[in-house]
Amino acid sequence: MPTINALLFCVAALLATSMIAVALIRWKGATQLTYGATLLLTATAAALAAGRLFGDAATPLTVTLPLGLPWLGALFRLDALSAFFLLVINLGAAAASLYGLGYGRHEHAPHRVLPFFPAFLAGMNLVILADDAFCFLLSWEFMSLASWALVMAHHRIDDNARAGYVYIIMASFGTMALLLAFGLLAGPDGDYAFAAMREAAPAPWLAALVLILALLGAGSKAGLVPLHAWLPLAHPAAPSHVSALMSGVMTKVAIYGFIRITFDLLGTPAWWWGVIVLIIGGVTAVLGVLYALMQNDLKRILAYSTIENIGFIFVGLGLALAFAANNMAGAAALALTAALFHVFNHTLFKSLLFFGAGAVLTATGERDMEKLGGLIHRMPMTALFVLVGCVAISALPPFNGFVSEWLTLQAILLSLGLPQWGLKIAVPAIGGLLALAATLAAACFVRLYGIAFLGRPRSAVAANATDVDLWSRASMGVFAALCLVAGILPGFVIDGLAPVTQYMVGAHMPAQASVPWLSIVPIAESRSSYNGILVFIFITFSALLAVAVIHRLASRAVRRAPAWDCGFPDASPALQYTASGFGQPLRRVFGAMIFHAREEVEMPPPGDTSPARLQVSLRDVIWDALYAPLANLVLFLAGHLNRLQFLTIRRYLGLVFFSLVSLLVVLALWP
Amino acid sequence: MISALLPGLLIQGAQMLVVLLLSPLLTGFVRKVKARLLRRQGPPLLQHYRDLLRLLRKEAVVAENASWLFRATPYMIFAATWVAAALVPTFATGLLFSWSADLIAIIALLGSARFFLALAGMDVGTSFGGIGSSREVMIASLAEPAMIMIVFILALIAGSTQLSTVAAFMQTPAVGLRVSLGMALFALLMVAIAENARIPVDNPATHLELTMVHEAMVLEYSGRHLAVLELAASLKLLLYLSLIACVFVPWGLAPAGAGWATHILGGAAYVGKLFFGGFMLAVFETSIAKMRVFRVPDFLGAGLMLGLLGTLLLFVSRSL
Amino acid sequence: MEGLVFDIAHLLAGSLVLVSFMMLYQDRLYSLLNVFAFHAVVLSLSVAWQAYIQDAPHLYVTAVIALIFKAIIIPLSLHRIIARLGIHREIETVVGVGPTMLAGMGLVALSLVVMLRATAEADPLAREDLAFALSVLLLGLLMMVTRRNAVSQVVGFMSLENGLILAAAGAKGMPLVVEISVAFSVLIAFIVIGIFLFRIRERFDTVDVQTLDRFRGEKR
Repeated sequence: MPTINALLFCVAALLATSMIAVALIRWKGATQLTYGATLLLTATAAALAAGRLFGDAATPLTVTLPLGLPWLGALFRLDALSAFFLLVINLGAAAASLYGLGYGRHEHAPHRVLPFFPAFLAGMNLVILADDAFCFLLSWEFMSLASWALVMAHHRIDDNARAGYVYIIMASFGTMALLLAFGLLAGPDGDYAFAAMREAAPAPWLAALVLILALLGAGSKAGLVPLHAWLPLAHPAAPSHVSALMSGVMTKVAIYGFIRITFDLLGTPAWWWGVIVLIIGGVTAVLGVLYALMQNDLKRILAYSTIENIGFIFVGLGLALAFAANNMAGAAALALTAALFHVFNHTLFKSLLFFGAGAVLTATGERDMEKLGGLIHRMPMTALFVLVGCVAISALPPFNGFVSEWLTLQAILLSLGLPQWGLKIAVPAIGGLLALAATLAAACFVRLYGIAFLGRPRSAVAANATDVDLWSRASMGVFAALCLVAGILPGFVIDGLAPVTQYMVGAHMPAQASVPWLSIVPIAESRSSYNGILVFIFITFSALLAVAVIHRLASRAVRRAPAWDCGFPDASPALQYTASGFGQPLRRVFGAMIFHAREEVEMPPPGDTSPARLQVSLRDVIWDALYAPLANLVLFLAGHLNRLQFLTIRRYLGLVFFSLVSLLVVLALWP
Repeated sequence: MISALLPGLLIQGAQMLVVLLLSPLLTGFVRKVKARLLRRQGPPLLQHYRDLLRLLRKEAVVAENASWLFRATPYMIFAATWVAAALVPTFATGLLFSWSADLIAIIALLGSARFFLALAGMDVGTSFGGIGSSREVMIASLAEPAMIMIVFILALIAGSTQLSTVAAFMQTPAVGLRVSLGMALFALLMVAIAENARIPVDNPATHLELTMVHEAMVLEYSGRHLAVLELAASLKLLLYLSLIACVFVPWGLAPAGAGWATHILGGAAYVGKLFFGGFMLAVFETSIAKMRVFRVPDFLGAGLMLGLLGTLLLFVSRSL
Repeated sequence: MEGLVFDIAHLLAGSLVLVSFMMLYQDRLYSLLNVFAFHAVVLSLSVAWQAYIQDAPHLYVTAVIALIFKAIIIPLSLHRIIARLGIHREIETVVGVGPTMLAGMGLVALSLVVMLRATAEADPLAREDLAFALSVLLLGLLMMVTRRNAVSQVVGFMSLENGLILAAAGAKGMPLVVEISVAFSVLIAFIVIGIFLFRIRERFDTVDVQTLDRFRGEKR
């Protein structure tokens, strides 16, 4: 059976699982059955996609099913790009299913989660496999609705209803933008097959319009600033393994959509497309991580950090567009490889971190960092895996996040060859923004880990936490190990991406697996190279050497004593640094301008024993400037249109009549 | 095969030993010069070695609720800093493993060390540790982008992020006089001062100030853990001086495949550069006052701007 | 040799941009004046170097005028005015230093893009000189916009004018450079005194030091 048929079979089986889950919802074993089935199916799909990617990825497979548009059918296609994204998505989905096997047992409303979970996975797979606009949009909407249902699973919690409301509006907006984009691509003849769109070369202004619409549509799903507002509300609201899927996997579907439209369907890019994507990406990266630094809710921090990483990926894509527009295929391949490598990495560590947040939630019932602390003693395994995730997402060697950052910086250093002055000057500046975002991300994750996992417990629930079940730990362990492996053996990932970049920009990076010592060498060794495995071995070896020498020759005695703290007898854990306190210096440096951060200290008068109060106020500038006026406009219009509900029947008939007549007039005047 | 690799391996091993053995001397030298400038006698040059050995032999007092991370961190920091310092060309460019990490990776290795140090500051759960960590990440959030901009300048000029290639390029006449390089040098000096917790950003000699950053993070450490951390700090100072020397004054660096005499000459030149740098650092530190913590962002912001401006001005220079 | 000639011109003109940024960074009036004097020194060096390469002796005159007027006389007299009038020595900014520097960076990028695109065929030396001159000019304007204090506005204006001189010196065969520079310098001297006394009178109806201080004290 060809791979694509097997993959479609997996999707069908996922849909069937969803039906079965509905039927068996009252049965006790439904949770295990559903997650077991999705684990099996997505793991199979991931293996199939990996086989395709590392096997014969160059020749696309197609299949047509008699569904969808009657004259077109439902077209499906498996090429290198979709194989890569299927691998990423099903890998994330398999880990989420594994995690769900344990985490799902604590779910108090399984009937609100189980039926939608496999449907959500099926929707994402179908988007990637679709080869015509109708099929693509249908699956896209299916995916959105399934994830919306999952966000609303705990709808009785106050904020979740609002999150779901904002999410469904933004999702509809995104789908509409994509619908218009495909409408423009299909042209007046209305051929919705991707193959036909690839053949047609749209006029430059049309192509630019499609690019903007694709940025709006895919960008709103991925969380590009300023379309990100729904993401930090919706992603944390869902159950944690679904949050992992939404942040780690669904955003990648959006990126797939953007790549498919701009690199594949739209033909040759113009150079200024790159500038737009670069600037939006750079701003998104910095703003996302700054938002994350101001939050105290574990899952919300992770959601904002997703925005940062999406910005990072879009910078890579913008670079690739800029290079591709100037026929610098090799550089474009490097930039695209960096972006896709980060897609893979982000799926790994963001899923891992959301699993960790879910584990903390299970163990303590708390998401607020100010009530956590000291979990490294109570949940040692989870703490270790989350630490790996934090180091990896902070782009530090020898883990995987560093490799994609390094590749992006190498691509940025090739910008000298670009002929346009605007690009030449913009690209290094964007590189500075990326470096800023990366260090702020490190600050953000020092804060997250230091407050939640280190120190002393700040509440009774944190003091009495116990580590989570084996399934959850296993899924975290697998992804933590993958983070390390992808970081020390990046050459294999890069080689796996070669067919994708070959297909998208017509070139690929030099084969890395054959480089001596397993280094990665993007262009030439005299120019730049990095060897994750050697760095890892050196660090481990020197650390062990230091331990061995010191323990053998000097001293190995340890005495436990109360903390020193400059001689301050520090009894209460409340005297530790808090999450807001930790963020204060950065809030003062960056927040005053961007968030209008204000601190007000209320001191009691002398002699009064009431406590002093420090109040911090932050304003979301983008919400105030963009969303609030829009919402007010809608309210205003709705208030005025409300009158239409109270007309007589004669007037209603009159309205219908006049609209009919005006439509006929338009038809009569149409050339 | 082996005989071809042998010289590189020897140089690599020699460099690892040299940086390890020389770094406490450099720290001791800076302290001595500072003391002499203040008309004090100052500790003997070798005092820092004695301090380290004494600390190594003492038992380590660990806070009651410290986790495994607290005890593992000093070794991780030391290892990362040592590996980074071993990859910066000091007296010769022909390091066997110089290609395993370029300049960006070396900076990121130091970033890893800082990440763990900031975590260790928060592990015991005291208020001082938290202060140190939170200020450290604030300083790093500006120093590291500035460093990346400096890397951009160097890499765009030399066409490489590999330090040995950059050093070799800097010796050729193709470099010329460039205003961008001057800006890169100034920015690098600012970053080096901030990263090594020197005056005016931080004070390495104090323990009892509310403005301390680095010392606040290592406050809970004692015995061998403290010794290893102090050694790592000395290594980091040596690393930054070597970096400045190898990029901006590369003369005397023995090229790959040179004879013994050249290497010995390179070693002498390196020691000379190192002590000149240490002397200048001591003079600078005694002539300036420590600044308030919230002036530091302005200081480092200026470093970042210098880096950015240097990158921009590259585009109007001769050969680019 | 050709390379070195270009390199030194480039170095001096680039330093002028850098010193403009240093002026944006200052938060004390006296240090601002010192940096401005340094700005003028760099300018006169740059003009002198142009005189040497272009073999144009009249440019030496411009350099000397810049040195005497702008590096010595004007800063010194401003020093005295500040001391006599007892003006607060801190510079009040409308926008913070960080955002101002960021905006300055954007202006430099803008002027580079505009100039390099507009003068694609010109001699590289004149080309980069013009790009730098436009940057210095825009930075001077930025300083005038973002500073409240009259002295720093005057300094901003004079640094703007330094940019103009740099542009005039870089363009070969500019015969009137000397005259223009003299005229400008005199004009500026007038503006300095004029704006200063005028504005202070306008605000406080007096140049009395005590009134000034009391007013400030109430404001704080």
